Amino acid sequence: MIYIKLFLNFFMIGALSFGGGYGMISLVRDTVLSNGWLTESEFLNFIAVSESTPGSIAVNMATFIGSSQGGILGAFLATLGVVLPSFFIILLIAAVLKNLMQYASVNAFLSGIRPCVVAMILATAVRMALPSLAGYTKQASDQTGTSAFHPDLRSVCVFMILIAIHFLYKKFQKRNPSPILMILLSAGLGILLWN
Amino acid sequence: MKKLLTIFLTFMKIGTFTFGGGYAMIALLENEVIEKKKWIEHDEFLNMVAVAESTPGPIAINSATYIGYHLAGFSGAAMATLAVCIPSFLIIYCISLFFERFLSFTYVACAFKGIQVCVIYLILSTGINMLKALEKNVLNTCILCAVMAAMLICSITAVSFSSVFYILFCGATGVFIYFLQKIRKENIHK
Repeated sequence: MIYIKLFLNFFMIGALSFGGGYGMISLVRDTVLSNGWLTESEFLNFIAVSESTPGSIAVNMATFIGSSQGGILGAFLATLGVVLPSFFIILLIAAVLKNLMQYASVNAFLSGIRPCVVAMILATAVRMALPSLAGYTKQASDQTGTSAFHPDLRSVCVFMILIAIHFLYKKFQKRNPSPILMILLSAGLGILLWN
Repeated sequence: MKKLLTIFLTFMKIGTFTFGGGYAMIALLENEVIEKKKWIEHDEFLNMVAVAESTPGPIAINSATYIGYHLAGFSGAAMATLAVCIPSFLIIYCISLFFERFLSFTYVACAFKGIQVCVIYLILSTGINMLKALEKNVLNTCILCAVMAAMLICSITAVSFSSVFYILFCGATGVFIYFLQKIRKENIHK
């Protein structure tokens, strides 16, 4: 049953993901790829839409993936799944465990998780770059046996331009460029280069 | 009842007007619940942010539940959480109905080729920002390198290994090292 699967998968993601929307991406990617719900490039599209629409990225992703797999009921159950663990955990902390953050073992647990989340985000970026920028896939490297890398020049070019703009913007504005600005810019570059 | 309605409307507004997820929402929330509504004290707000960041789940949901509970108990928490989700849900559901057809336009499909690259850049730059904020010590560096290496090796060799295990394993490592240090300290005192 797709509905139960959506609910349970997103419930697990809600209960075990730390570090907000981006911390969740690695878990969501595992789920959608292993269930065959989305391809890598569809997933990238979904993240872009979730980032450029208002509201929490996590809720946006859950609704979007739920809707693509099971219509409105799927969207509802995936969203409910991702929200419920947060809701109950926070209620528990606010009502009963007011000093949870003061327990040394809780802090020890979190101190192990913090670097893990950062590593997961960085590794996910590289994992996603491998097929779409470097053109690397395991299947292709097994079949040909020779060079596994077929970099897509246009993608690499867009990536370089974005990085250059990031540093220029940071130099003059002293802060990171807004994600929506970068998404709009890359959409323009996409039309220019691929059309 | 009037209070619940105010909570509902306030969080719906926050859910509608924040772009860029949880961290962007915290700034808007601060302005709304401390300065305008004077619902909570600044200290309590900082406490809330600490809890929202260190508990699992979306930061936006965590903060809505926390502030809602603080204001009006269970029903306040339920109202705030529901309200912060509704705009996302409606907007994304509508987009999802038309997205496939939207992508079939040549221009849109080309634009999304560029956007896909941008998403990788966004994830990478978020990761690098978090890396800069991370305290530099031996434990953090070891866990960071180990998890990255493990994930990349799994990816290149196409071994599937759920990210959930990394989280649980690293949390357990944190606890293990804490107790190890504690035992060592006790031995020195003896």
